[in-house]
Amino acid sequence: MATPSSIVAGARRKLGAGPPRYSAAGLVRKGLSGDSWPRVWRDVELKSSYDVVIIGGGVHGLATAYYLATNHGITDVAVLDKAYLGSGGSGRNTAIVRSNYLTPEGVAFYDRSLTLYNTMATDLNLNVMFSERGHMTLAHTDGALRTMNWRAEVNKLQGIDSSVIDPTEVGKLAPSLDVSGDSRYPILGALYHPPGGTIRHDAVVWGYARGADHRGVEMHQKTEVLDILCEGGSGPDGKGPGGRVTGVRTSRGDISAPIVVNCTAGWASLISDMAGVKLPIHTRPLQAAVTEPVKVFLPTVVVSGSLHVYVSQTDRGELVFGASVDPFNNYNVGGSLEFTEELAGHVLELMPGISKMRLLRQWAGLCDMTPDYSPVMGDTDVDGFYVDVGWGTYGFKAGPVSGEAMAEAIATRAMPKIIAPFHISRFATGELVGEKGAAAVGH
Amino acid sequence: MLLVPTPFGPRNASDLRYVGEATSRPDPSTTSPEAWRDYLYLEHNPAGWLRETWYDRVNRVYFQVERNTATNEFRNPTMPVAKHGKKA
Repeated sequence: MATPSSIVAGARRKLGAGPPRYSAAGLVRKGLSGDSWPRVWRDVELKSSYDVVIIGGGVHGLATAYYLATNHGITDVAVLDKAYLGSGGSGRNTAIVRSNYLTPEGVAFYDRSLTLYNTMATDLNLNVMFSERGHMTLAHTDGALRTMNWRAEVNKLQGIDSSVIDPTEVGKLAPSLDVSGDSRYPILGALYHPPGGTIRHDAVVWGYARGADHRGVEMHQKTEVLDILCEGGSGPDGKGPGGRVTGVRTSRGDISAPIVVNCTAGWASLISDMAGVKLPIHTRPLQAAVTEPVKVFLPTVVVSGSLHVYVSQTDRGELVFGASVDPFNNYNVGGSLEFTEELAGHVLELMPGISKMRLLRQWAGLCDMTPDYSPVMGDTDVDGFYVDVGWGTYGFKAGPVSGEAMAEAIATRAMPKIIAPFHISRFATGELVGEKGAAAVGH
Repeated sequence: MLLVPTPFGPRNASDLRYVGEATSRPDPSTTSPEAWRDYLYLEHNPAGWLRETWYDRVNRVYFQVERNTATNEFRNPTMPVAKHGKKA
C-alpha cells in the first residue's frame, strides 16, 4: 500500500538542491559492497549563539527549521531536544492524516498539510510510505450522522473530497466491520474521505532532519532546555508580557538567541512558563496499542467517535488502535489496564471477527489539550518567543503546514493568513475555532 | 487504575468525574475581561503537585485533592468539600 518507487522518482529531479540523493542504484551498490551508510545528519559542537533556537526535535520543530532554511534562507538555527529526535508525539502518534475538519479555518489548514505530505517523498528524497487508503468516520447515532453531513458540506465547499455514505457502502469498503445494525452501537453511516491515509511518522522526522541539516541547521539531541532567558518583562527575571527573549539555558550551557520557538508537545506549558507566558492548555496522555501482524484485511482507516477508537492496518499487517485522551490531567505515560480492556471491548463491537488476535504492546503519548481543540500558534506577549503548541491529538497530521507557516511567521515577523485564526489572542477576544466535533475521538 | 482518596474513602477514578485545576471564580460583576478570560481558559498545568477538583457521581459531591501529575501520588486527601460546583 505504500507509495511505490518514490526513491527512484526522487532521483530524477535535478541534483544539487538537497542532500546526497538516495536512489535504487545506490541501494544495490551499498548492498553488494557492504559499505556503511554515512551519517544522515551531522553531530556538531553546540555554539553559544544562534539566530533562531527551536525547542523540540519532533515533526513540528524540524519542519519549522527545514522551511526556515529552505523557504527563507535562515540557516543559523539550532533544534534542541532533551531526548532524541522524534522521541515525543512524533514517534507515538498513530500516523493518520486527513483534512475533513469542521470549520473552514481548520479545513484550509489541514488540507495544506495533506498537500505537502503528498509531495513529501519527492521533496525530501526519502520514502515516507504515504498510503492514501481513505478514511472513514463512523456514525452510530442520528446526532453523529447530522455532524457528518455538516462536515461533508463544509468540506465540499472547500473542495475537499468528503461525503456521507450508507452502511452498505461502509461494508463494501471494510468488510470486517459489523454493519448488521444489531449491535449496541449500530453503524448508521460514515463520513468517507478518500484522500486520508497513513504515513510512516519516523521517516517524516528523519526526512525533515536530513533536509534541514543539509542546509546548515544544527540538531542537538540530549540537550534539555532548563530556562528561557528574558529581559524587560513585567514578571520576575524580566520574563512575562512586554519583555523580550535573549536566549535559553540548557543542560549543556547558555545559548543567546533573539528568537526562541516552543515546538514541544506535552511540555508546552512548562516551556512557556519559563518565558512567563501562560497557556490555555492541560496535558493528558493518549494511549494506543498494536496487535500481532496478520494478512491485510482492513483497507481503510476506521474511526468511531462514539466508541472512542480508531483503527488502521500497517503495511506489516499489525492493527494500530488509538483511543481518546485519558480523563484526567497527567504527565505519566505508563498506560493502564482499564484502557486496554475498554479498547478491546470497543474494537470487538466494531469488528467481532478479530477476537482471537493478540495485542503486542501498548504505549502513550502526551497531548496538550486546548479548550476549542485547535492549536495555539504564532508570536506571544514576549517579543521573540513563538509558540507552536496545543496540538492535542492532531499534531502529526499538521506537521508540514505548521512548519511552513511558523517559518513564515518568524521570517516575516507577521502572522500568515492560514494560521492567524490560531493565535493566542483568540482566547481574549472569544473568537475560538471550535473543532471538537471533528478533532476529538471521544466527545 | 487510579485510586482517588475521596471524602467517602478511596474510589477508582472511573467512578468519578474529573473537573480540573482548582481555581477561584472572580465576581462577574466586578471582574475585568482579562481576569475573566484567565479564569475561563488559562491553566497552570504543572508536571508535579496540583490542587484539583473531582466530582463523586454516586454521592453527588465535589471535592478537592492534591495530586502529583507526574507520579499520581496523592497528598492532603482530606480537603474540604467545595462549596461551588465547577472550578470551586
